[in-house]
Amino acid sequence: MTPPQTRGTRLLRKLAGHRAVWPLLALAVILIVDGFVAPGFFTIRIVEGRLFGSLIDILYRAVPTALLALGMAVVIGTKGIDLSVGSVIAVVGATIAWRIHEGDPHFVILLVALGVGLLCGIWNGFLVAVLDIQPIIATLILMVSGRGIGLMINLIYGGTNPSFESPLLQGLSVGHLGLIPTRLILGAAIFAVLWLLIRRTALGLFLEAVGGNAAAADLAGINARLIKYSAYLISGVCAGWAGIILTADTHTSDPVSVALYSELDAILAVVIGGGSLAGGRIYLGMTLIGVLVIQALTTSILTSGLPPEYNLLVKAVVVLFVLLLQSNNFRKAVFSLFRRGTARRGRP
Amino acid sequence: MRERYLPLVATITVFVALFVTGGVFYKHFFSTLVLGHILADNAFIIIAAIGTTFVILSGGIDLSIGSMIGFVGVVMASLDTMGWHPLASAGLMLVFGLAFGAFQGFIIDFCEIQPFIVTLAGLFMLRGACFMVTLDSIPIRHPFVDAFAGTNIPLPGGGFLASSAIVMLVVLAVAIVIAHFTRFGTNVYAIGGDRASAILMGVPMRRTTIKIYALGGFYSALGGVTYALYTSSGYPLAGTGNELNAIASVVLGGTLLTGGVGMVAGTLFGGMILGLIATLIIFNGSLNGAWIMITSGVLLFIFIVMQRFLVSSFTLRRAG
Repeated sequence: MTPPQTRGTRLLRKLAGHRAVWPLLALAVILIVDGFVAPGFFTIRIVEGRLFGSLIDILYRAVPTALLALGMAVVIGTKGIDLSVGSVIAVVGATIAWRIHEGDPHFVILLVALGVGLLCGIWNGFLVAVLDIQPIIATLILMVSGRGIGLMINLIYGGTNPSFESPLLQGLSVGHLGLIPTRLILGAAIFAVLWLLIRRTALGLFLEAVGGNAAAADLAGINARLIKYSAYLISGVCAGWAGIILTADTHTSDPVSVALYSELDAILAVVIGGGSLAGGRIYLGMTLIGVLVIQALTTSILTSGLPPEYNLLVKAVVVLFVLLLQSNNFRKAVFSLFRRGTARRGRP
Repeated sequence: MRERYLPLVATITVFVALFVTGGVFYKHFFSTLVLGHILADNAFIIIAAIGTTFVILSGGIDLSIGSMIGFVGVVMASLDTMGWHPLASAGLMLVFGLAFGAFQGFIIDFCEIQPFIVTLAGLFMLRGACFMVTLDSIPIRHPFVDAFAGTNIPLPGGGFLASSAIVMLVVLAVAIVIAHFTRFGTNVYAIGGDRASAILMGVPMRRTTIKIYALGGFYSALGGVTYALYTSSGYPLAGTGNELNAIASVVLGGTLLTGGVGMVAGTLFGGMILGLIATLIIFNGSLNGAWIMITSGVLLFIFIVMQRFLVSSFTLRRAG
């Protein structure tokens, strides 16, 4: 082999091995295809004093999933998983509708909603960190019963899918601050807080240490239980925020169908962002890219004029493809096929 | 040796206790008629859950069950409108289930992606495929469906064993044989118990993984066939969320989600407990669907905590 070729392939392999490349490439491809399919996809206009355009729409719709996925990234970093986030949203939504019906001040309701998210986190954390139950089963309990609890809360005052008005909560969800939608600012703020917490305090190090090897972390003097517990609290509060945004968006509490499959989207986003379910790593920024890949895909299927029925199928295929690209074995197989092809062609 | 049966005994005890409670509170509850109906109504979930038991025993998970049930239904229904015999379309779908499961198993092993994620993609893929086949509910009008619904074995006491329940009991027997009397079954337990040791002992990893998920796919397709014949229709949203019911049935049946410990027979009673809760709440009349979800959750919680302490007693003994 000649030196430049080796250097080239080495560079290529290095690039291919970097965790940010494949998700970013996928996002870029999706957006470029969109640009071709839908003219004016990239234009951002100002309509009625707010930013307007497909790119803004993708960001706007991605916020609830992004919040879930950020919390999920932290939990997955500790080798856990939180299946209950969709159900937490249902409970939070039902609580908001109930307290508004009771006439509480809306600022208090905001705190109560976050408190409900925290409470769900306390429950999950108790099962995982204190009782040592496998996370996937522990959070399955709340996933199965959470939507039922939401329905029960609605029944307290006899409402089925009650609707409500709340200027404060709707301002947070669908309102806009200057040109920018409030929920984008809210999402960015929560991301910033989480990032500072994970990357600028010891907590992030501890979380990753516990995820990498809980026993070793424990021996090194980290209180592994407490650290695991904190991950579920973070996830619960993130789900609480997502619940506030989603509930205020639809003006109603619909525990059966709100945020259906959102926990799966959140987990997918983390995995597309390069987070391994085996734990030990928290990539907050990459998780956001994963969320954007999923949301850009959904939006582009809708704008491309394909029937919405194709949404799930296309999503599954693209997600599987991105995951396959991240697998070493698959890349090796494809590369060796490719190399054999070029070698054969190179022969006289 | 006796501890192995403890979770199974606990499951059966809970089932009998629930059934007797129902009999005490409601007239006509304690009868073979109610029992037969619970068996028939939950047959498709239990069939799918039997396949999932193998997947979970090996330490994996299969989330694609619910979508598979829906997909099998819509394909069988649309083939019916083209004049296929239901048995022919059922055969086709069983082969499809086997192949799809094998495909998932291959990706899980070859690409080393977590089963959770691969079967999650499978969930989305099959549900999307459902919507591409049809958006409406399609009836299956073939006379065979009526014949299937009409077949039953009378039980003493006025009840009867419906055809779907018969199918379920037959495939359960087959699964018990596979799990406890074949080399494949032993390999499944070995992989679930300790993956590294299994590899060192020479368990063929890739072949076994592919077989496990193929078996899971086959059983969930069979669950779909049973569901389609039982409801004599195909509906693209059918089976939504059933993967959770199936997994809950397996857990209630005493199988540990960590893998390696559990029995296929337990899944039957796990599924029956879930069905019994729903029936009890329907018998009550004043309670609603929310209660079914909450009670299932509470029961799941009790079982999981119970298993947790059983397992810690195992490991303590092993360490000592």
